[in-house]
Amino acid sequence: MGRKVYDRAMGKTLAEKVWDAHVVRSVPGEPDLLYIDLHLIHEVTSPQAFDGLRLAGRTVRRPDLTLATEDHNVPTIDQDKPIADPVSRTQIETMRRNAAEFGIRLHPLGDVEQGIVHVVGPQLGLTQPGMTIVCGDSHTSTHGAFGAIAFGIGTSEVEHVLATQTLMQAKPKTMAVTVNGSLPPGVTAKDLVLTLITHTGTGGGQGYIVEYRGQAIEELSMEGRMTVCNMSIEWGAKAGLIAPDQTTFDYIEGRPEAPKGADWDAAVAEWKTLVTDDDAEYDAEIVLDASEMTPFVTWGTNPGQGVPLGGTVPHPEDFDEAIDRVAAEKALAYMALEAGTPMREVKVDTVFVGSCTNGRIEDLRLAASIIEGRRVDENTRMLVVPGSVRVRLQAEEEGLDVIFKEAGAEWRGAGCSMCLGMNPDTLQPGERSASTSNRNFEGRQGKGGRTHLVSVPVAAATAVRGTLSSPADLEPVLEGAR
Amino acid sequence: MDAFTSHTGVGVPLRRSNVDTDQIIPAEYLKRVTRSGFEDGLFAAWRNDPSFVLNRAEYAAGSVLVAGIDFGTGSSREHAVWALQNYGFRAVIAPRFGDIFRGNSGKAGLLAAQVDEKVVQRLWDHLEANPGATVTVDLESRTVRAGEGPGAIEDSFDIDDYTRWRLLEGLDDVGITLSHADDIAAYEATRPSWKPVTQRA
Ligand code: SF4
Repeated sequence: MGRKVYDRAMGKTLAEKVWDAHVVRSVPGEPDLLYIDLHLIHEVTSPQAFDGLRLAGRTVRRPDLTLATEDHNVPTIDQDKPIADPVSRTQIETMRRNAAEFGIRLHPLGDVEQGIVHVVGPQLGLTQPGMTIVCGDSHTSTHGAFGAIAFGIGTSEVEHVLATQTLMQAKPKTMAVTVNGSLPPGVTAKDLVLTLITHTGTGGGQGYIVEYRGQAIEELSMEGRMTVCNMSIEWGAKAGLIAPDQTTFDYIEGRPEAPKGADWDAAVAEWKTLVTDDDAEYDAEIVLDASEMTPFVTWGTNPGQGVPLGGTVPHPEDFDEAIDRVAAEKALAYMALEAGTPMREVKVDTVFVGSCTNGRIEDLRLAASIIEGRRVDENTRMLVVPGSVRVRLQAEEEGLDVIFKEAGAEWRGAGCSMCLGMNPDTLQPGERSASTSNRNFEGRQGKGGRTHLVSVPVAAATAVRGTLSSPADLEPVLEGAR
Repeated sequence: MDAFTSHTGVGVPLRRSNVDTDQIIPAEYLKRVTRSGFEDGLFAAWRNDPSFVLNRAEYAAGSVLVAGIDFGTGSSREHAVWALQNYGFRAVIAPRFGDIFRGNSGKAGLLAAQVDEKVVQRLWDHLEANPGATVTVDLESRTVRAGEGPGAIEDSFDIDDYTRWRLLEGLDDVGITLSHADDIAAYEATRPSWKPVTQRA
């Protein structure tokens, strides 16, 4: 790991540049002490950290670099009423008390900036290139889409950042994932990242900060880049990032917390330096071809168990490693799937569009464009949950809510919702979902629930047909129905 | 945090790979605001199954968990570590851990010992053939030991030096970092003024 650290002549990767710019203290044999530019917090992983502070008589060093929101646990209906579940309510109330006591800016339920923490940061313009961003949530990797080093931390580390605005971290290795070519029409960032994870396995990125690059990545919108970086943790990577470019700058400019005037110019000048030097070396590299990618779905119980939508449920014997065969057998039993079944024949009870992976405005527009003029299958339920209040309001302004409701889908308030089923939005035992979220673990969306991870177009088409489908499988909408 | 030097306790063979943090403790248990009492949610989905290893009397007092590869992948919830600790586990042995889980373990005082896959296989076989047998995890010498005589298992485990040192000393990270407060202040003085803040003074 140390090779490049000592060879000063060699160029640096993007990740190394950002890392090195945040080292407060570095001593051989010890982890680096890394400065944290932005600390995002939410109700689930913070209460014990604040308790720790109080017990030790410590304070929050930089409340002005800290932002809190309520997302994991909040209901997505009746958001103006008191939360029914007393345990959830206590957790939310604890968040509010802690924010007030320590002077932290909080966007609570009912606030126009409330939403999933990884949707709120970029939307406010707080997420910017070259930053270090942490949160007690593994999908903090989302913010890497802006060229930031962003990763999830545990509650002890949340306490550490609150008290010191730093973290002790061993410098990870760097990896490049180069995706050449262009994604074919109808194939999305989600399909790209699901393909990658099946290719590498869930542990393939372990120990690395991954830089996604290449033509297909450059062609993605910020939303698409966030989807890719979001799922970095699903193949074990410490973080995932993408070099900032004009797409990034255009997205940030004009947002409430973006630099303005001369500050903007200074910021952009610095952001433009945030690229991997030509003579830099990565510790590992993976190359993929986007032009061969197709809609991709999972059949198993981890995000690395996926196949093209046009494929079939695999046979456990298809796997070379004994451990993968056993895992496949267990997954098939849990998912109640028979090997050899075409994925397109798998019937789905619930479709969930939302989460920090695919709950942004672009995702809702895409889903609505497919649903418009069609009906959700009568045996299928479709839940559309915007990632934030801003996303909800924008969607309503564009009339997307009406399109969803007319098709028979449920239109909800903002939150994590069925991504992890901490609120009342859960699958029943044995129920099967097609979900635009990021985890298909056993019980993730509710005890005994069975999850297929899918892209937004696949989710929308599946809602219409009731079986896993892509928009290409749908009957054309009759003229006049739109 | 209590110091950890060496621990000997009943070994529990968990013959599964990819045990993610949602399996270790499902989200419905994460609503609590305390740091204790999470043992009831540990492996919740499997606890109803009478044949599940923790439900067998011989393993009930287990304190050393022996699991398959990629233990603790997934979410950042430190509750997964607390649930194991609240139940009585002091150490987890596996061929590979989820990064955040391993980090959290080090902070909370649960020893995450990474060993070769073959060692896990031998431990599983040994613990299944001898239910209730103990395993020793010695942090000082970085070794795991189980069994006696010719079939005895003894091998080394991996843990980074810094985490090992902190566990051996039982040190609190925040305290260590606060002793470098001057370095932090010096760094802060060099940050460009256009970097974003969440609230202005
Ligand atoms: S939407 Fe899902 S993955 Fe994202 S922060 Fe919420 S619970 Fe975590």
